[in-house]
Amino acid sequence: MSTAGLEADFAVRRSERFTLRIRLSVLPGRTVALLGPNGAGKSTVVEAIAGLLPVDAGRIELAGVLLDCPERGVFVPPERRRVGVVFQDLLLFPHLAVIENIAFGPRSRGVGRRAALVRARQWIERLDLGGLEHRRPPELSGGQAQRVALARALAADPLLLLLDEPLAALDITMRTRLRRTLAQHLQQFEGPRLLITHDPTEAFLLADEICIIEAGEITQNGTVEDILLRPRTPYAADLAGCNLLAGNASRGEVAVGTHVLHIADTGIEGPVLLTIRPNAVSVHRTPPEGSPRNCWETTLERLEPLGSRVRLLTGPPLPLAVEVTREATDELGLHQGSRVWVAVKATEIGVQPDDAAARNARKREDQPSL
Amino acid sequence: MTERVSRRRRSAARLPVLLWLPAGLGLTLFLLPFAGLLARTPWRDLPVLLTSDIVTDALRLSLIASLSAAGISLLLGVPLAWLLARAEFPGRSLVRGIVTLPLVLPPVVGGAALLFAFGRRGLVGEPLYEATGLLLPFSTWGVVVATTFVAMPFLVITVEGALRNLDRRYEGAAATLGAGRWTVMRRVTLPMIAPSLVAGTVLTWARALGEFGATITFAGNLQGRTQTLPLAVFVALESDRDAAVAISLVMVVVSLLVLIALRDRWWRPL
Repeated sequence: MSTAGLEADFAVRRSERFTLRIRLSVLPGRTVALLGPNGAGKSTVVEAIAGLLPVDAGRIELAGVLLDCPERGVFVPPERRRVGVVFQDLLLFPHLAVIENIAFGPRSRGVGRRAALVRARQWIERLDLGGLEHRRPPELSGGQAQRVALARALAADPLLLLLDEPLAALDITMRTRLRRTLAQHLQQFEGPRLLITHDPTEAFLLADEICIIEAGEITQNGTVEDILLRPRTPYAADLAGCNLLAGNASRGEVAVGTHVLHIADTGIEGPVLLTIRPNAVSVHRTPPEGSPRNCWETTLERLEPLGSRVRLLTGPPLPLAVEVTREATDELGLHQGSRVWVAVKATEIGVQPDDAAARNARKREDQPSL
Repeated sequence: MTERVSRRRRSAARLPVLLWLPAGLGLTLFLLPFAGLLARTPWRDLPVLLTSDIVTDALRLSLIASLSAAGISLLLGVPLAWLLARAEFPGRSLVRGIVTLPLVLPPVVGGAALLFAFGRRGLVGEPLYEATGLLLPFSTWGVVVATTFVAMPFLVITVEGALRNLDRRYEGAAATLGAGRWTVMRRVTLPMIAPSLVAGTVLTWARALGEFGATITFAGNLQGRTQTLPLAVFVALESDRDAAVAISLVMVVVSLLVLIALRDRWWRPL
């Protein structure tokens, strides 16, 4: 039963009405995402596994060692757990330079000052932080600070890497860019990795397996494909219903087939994947006021009732799944074949670099011409 | 350049004119006594006055007493602040009240209370004297105890506030990196509250330097043993006005130097 990975099956009572019950396991070399809306209890999971909050029942086991089990009177304090955490607000020590932040872990585990600095320097190199050794955390950009936090966690030689909303503190543009580098940097760590996030794009891109947590319980877990193809709760269905579009980005515009969409990130170039949530699309009978930049006329090809909501499928130029309330379809008198205007805000379009497409394109260019 | 000038003008203009009058009055209240002191200073006799035994003895004692008070306050006051900020125990608000009492109490009352505790017939003083022969009142140790008693609350309050305001998640982060409680305190908590530690120590030292009431009640007024600068001024006012002015000037200069030196680097958070 015991593996080199993380085995957690525990309950934490947070209040009269809210008890968190979690069961998950992460194998070494795998990334599991704990994906859920705000208030689902994700931070409590981080605190419990890191040892900052004792569980009330159940057990947490890492690399075959029991860390927390109230039934057997076991509680290993955080400083002896070897769980590396990248915190949501990073929590870099403001009074220490970058290199001292990274050397903090080794130093605390009894490595001499000089040896700890040597080890910190290795991580500085691995995570491209050269030249920033003596900066203080407030002098770092969001992306740099995030890499320092990762380096600090990894330099302590953890058995498990916990990432708590690692990109949440960054703005949209940075987030898309860092998602990709984070995916690469995560490969630096061979143990089990647990990613806590409320951002489906982050989970889909970084994780091998996804656990969906809602109101303190895991409601579904499986591979990305499982979740997308067989959602079991409204929340999962909402995630799964995301429109996924492939296109080519240039200066804030993305060509998707013959159609052009405007996105908020004006810096990204080349092949991209776009995600548009069905409830982020608005439907109108006449051209909407305020002229949103992404707005076009189309035909409704299908209407599917989903309880109190209705899912609409639009036709060319850009087929999209759209979700509106039943009142809205009645009010607008929508039927199959209706001509409608649809609009999407640029900020509602999720953008991520399409690495697979970019790699293929590069391979073609690299081919020697005969 | 023009930009800077215009910005300065704008920010000055934003202050309501009505504020200038009370602010100026307040400043005058602070400035006038110093002006009076400077006007009355016997500049020509100053070197002689300042090198007299009374002054050098009092200066030495004042420095010893105020620095000891600051040091002892750091050693005892920081753990006390820690307890008040972090530990849950019954009667905590009572303890906090007792610790801050010397701030409110007239120092003379504090001195009298110390006498009842540590005097030759005092609660602790009597057994202490019989066991060791040590008598606090009317000794330099008595001065140190009295000044510490009056000044330490400043350190406790400042440090307790800083500990309460500190984001404890930093300490949690340190623990996940393998730091035990002692390491967390030494390498995270104390450095992060360093500005408040310094500010609290300076306040404590400043209060100790100016201590008068508790000292004269508890330790008396013996030149070379318990007569600190404020006590020397008090005595000199009766006998030798010029000496009183000279000693006062020394205190003003010493205090001002320390406060100015520390202001920019450390005082901001206060």
